[in-house]
Amino acid sequence: MNRYPLWKNLLVALVMLMGLVYALPNIFDQDPAIQITADREIGIDAQTAERVSGALEKAGIVYKAVEEGENELLVRFNETADQLAAQDVLARQLGDGYISAMTLSPDVPDWLTGIGAEPMYLGLDLRGGIHVLIDVDMDAALVQAVDRYASDIRILLRKERMRYTNVAELPDGVQITFKDAALRDQAADAINDEFRNLDITTRDQGGDFVVAATMPDQEKREVRKFALQQNITTLRNRVNEMGVAEPIIQQQGERRIVVQLPGAKDPGALKDILSATATLEYRLEDTEGNVQDALDGRVPPGSKLYQTRDGMPILLKKQVIVTGNQITNAMSGIDTRSGSPMVTVSLDGAGGRRMRDVTTENVNKPMAVVFIETRTTTEEVDGELVKRKELVEEVISVANILEPFGSRFQTTGLDSNEEAHELALLLRAGALAAPIEIVEERTIGPSLGQDNIDQGFRSVMIGLVLVMLFMAVYYRAFGLIADLALVTNLVLIVAVLSMLQATLTLPGIAGIVLTVGMAVDANVLIFERIREEIRVGSTPQASIHAGYEKALSTIVDANITTLIAALVLYSFGTGPIKGFAVTLFIGILTSMFTAIVGTRAVVNRVYGGKKVNKLAI
Amino acid sequence: MKQIISTDNRLDFMSKRKLAMIFSGALILISIVSFFGRGFDFGIDFTGGTLIEVGYPQAVDLNAARDVLDQGGFGDATVQLFGTDSDILIQLPPSEETEAGSATDKAEISNRAFALLNAAGGGDLDLRRVEFVGSKVGDELTEQGGLAMLYALIGILIYVGLRFEYRFALGSIIALVHDVVLVLGVFSLFQIEFDLPVLAAVLAVIGYSLNDTIVVYDRIRENFRKMRKGSPEEIINRSLNQTLARTLVTSLTTLLVLFALFILGGEIIHGFALALIVGVVVGTYSSIYVASAAVLALGISKEDLMPPEKEGAELDDTP
Repeated sequence: MNRYPLWKNLLVALVMLMGLVYALPNIFDQDPAIQITADREIGIDAQTAERVSGALEKAGIVYKAVEEGENELLVRFNETADQLAAQDVLARQLGDGYISAMTLSPDVPDWLTGIGAEPMYLGLDLRGGIHVLIDVDMDAALVQAVDRYASDIRILLRKERMRYTNVAELPDGVQITFKDAALRDQAADAINDEFRNLDITTRDQGGDFVVAATMPDQEKREVRKFALQQNITTLRNRVNEMGVAEPIIQQQGERRIVVQLPGAKDPGALKDILSATATLEYRLEDTEGNVQDALDGRVPPGSKLYQTRDGMPILLKKQVIVTGNQITNAMSGIDTRSGSPMVTVSLDGAGGRRMRDVTTENVNKPMAVVFIETRTTTEEVDGELVKRKELVEEVISVANILEPFGSRFQTTGLDSNEEAHELALLLRAGALAAPIEIVEERTIGPSLGQDNIDQGFRSVMIGLVLVMLFMAVYYRAFGLIADLALVTNLVLIVAVLSMLQATLTLPGIAGIVLTVGMAVDANVLIFERIREEIRVGSTPQASIHAGYEKALSTIVDANITTLIAALVLYSFGTGPIKGFAVTLFIGILTSMFTAIVGTRAVVNRVYGGKKVNKLAI
Repeated sequence: MKQIISTDNRLDFMSKRKLAMIFSGALILISIVSFFGRGFDFGIDFTGGTLIEVGYPQAVDLNAARDVLDQGGFGDATVQLFGTDSDILIQLPPSEETEAGSATDKAEISNRAFALLNAAGGGDLDLRRVEFVGSKVGDELTEQGGLAMLYALIGILIYVGLRFEYRFALGSIIALVHDVVLVLGVFSLFQIEFDLPVLAAVLAVIGYSLNDTIVVYDRIRENFRKMRKGSPEEIINRSLNQTLARTLVTSLTTLLVLFALFILGGEIIHGFALALIVGVVVGTYSSIYVASAAVLALGISKEDLMPPEKEGAELDDTP
């Protein structure tokens, strides 16, 4: 009686071993480190690594290691002070094109990372950092889409010479009024041909003949999705410039974007970036003015000197034709006539009209696109690094106007698909597709993060010791076995959290603490049953058997209800609550294993198959 | 040496159930009156607003800090010490004037407030924490929190109804509502800040209290099926006595860790730990006096709990 089959013992041993291995990475220190990444054109190679180590040695900064990763370098340090000093040196040495971000990197041996064992992923409330929830104004995105359709339809009708009396914007589409039915029907067909994604309906309204072109729900969803995607892309481009390791920029729900910057300390910098206005301007080139004269300081009045991305000087007229927020879309593609890469640009109604006026008068003259961005740059002034805001203006494209055009036009003759893609991205990345608003911010300073870890760790440990003492005193030998299960349970929770790379938060630690208190419940149930059996006169062996047997269904029932609560918490909760739900959920599952299967294996090993007169319970 | 101690009917719980009912009823009444009278001290998670925790290198002069903020245009800020005397917590209500502001205006408030304090405090202050919640998000959280509680209750009602019998399901829900109302009552009556972690704790209380109730119910069901003699009241009493040791031990171990968390876990986790401590105490009491008394009051009988093979027994007793 009370013998476990070999496979069950092996299972317990295997689970414990796996638990130990996957929990192991968490005991290694986190090294202060600097992660260096480079622009795509520059790249990272062995030479960069040499430059980095050379610069650090020259400056007398002690570093632990320089590790080359996939297009990144990781420099490890022993002390945070070294890391800070190195950050300055590296920023100076590497210069533009490189981003060096401070981070914490666990120093886990290769054999562990090789099998996918990594330490738990700490939430921002533990490692410090900035969390921002951004709301995208979807109504504005829809209004913009309606604007776009209204102007496109006007252009179409003018081109087709169909005289309308009015074009009005509806909340989800455009309504065009005509004087007679025949023309209205003709126009409806034309609009239907051109805009297949719109629903076209016609009706007569008090002597007026009306076509309504509305966006079906599918189209509205597309518009919203596009606005969100575009904003995420734009924000990602901007955030990447900040030099934060492992930034998270992702969609949450249908209209929200989460930005998380682990380790970032200055929420002001992030807000600057979010509110930064990168934009574009279309201007005519001043072909009469002399560039050389301008370089010598004699810029013709009404013109301004710019530089192209390659650093070539160019003179542009001061007058702006359209700006970036009038660009509603830009897509790269292949020109079907010439087969060369091109970018198709769409402007809004006002921009289109202006563009048509200007281009009609300036056929065969070159027009340029200027990209304007407020960038934060770091410069060395008198040996000190100074952060400075800088307005960057550069000409990203110059092309001849072949014919007059309005709100839709193409820039063709680009050198490569990459160039077309890059230009389209820049044209779009300028402005956000829809206005954004910060609706939530949670910034945790590094000192508080560390305090949270320390306090959380201390609570778990003290709680654990108290419960273990109580169990050992109250249930004696069986209490010690339960204590063993409790510690194993803690190891398993840490292991599972590490394996899943679930985010550990402060409420998550609270969940672990709570689990420690509740995990012994299963053992309490079992042990009380065993005591009862002994009281009614069963033999020790039979008592053990019956105790485990009878308590099982109670334990399962009781735990399933807590699992339900944890599930609800998970599905409704935001960040910190989710963290609590995850650890509670995992804790319940692992505790059922350790408290039922685990303790039984030990109890069977100690008492099973022997003659036992008395149980120490 | 064998010990034979009778665990049967050592304590006659059920005879005191009228008294317990009055006691629980009074507490619930006080809680509900407090809900409407005093309301809750909702944290910014629900109301929206800005919260800034600032660490000073030395003990803080609260009045000086208040003056600095007042002069900087933050007259409506509440400033208090947080945990230690070198840490302050500043709370700003969601301000109306910036409601129509641009993308980041509202979020900028915290930066301005900290910059003011830092300039006045010598420049070496530590920005420990900033939380800004827009009123829209706050409203959503409040709604989601209420829904979460409702769904948790429904999920549990279904599970217990399937696994036991409808009287048990009703009884456990009565006990749960009792526990939740009392925990909320403590937070309302003493105006302890109710934030997101506290909501999580209340949901965890639902899980815990139910855990306790289920264990008792399990034994009641077992005894109803096993014991030939005895009135429902006697059987329930006996079940409660049998599970009493377990109920107390588990509550004790859980309370041990919760006190560790309350004392050592830091200021942020205080409300969370407190809600759970109250919940565990109330939950333990309610599994005995509310949940068990409820099934008794609902008229549970032996026939209701016979294993499902003997169908038909339920027919005569459905209301």
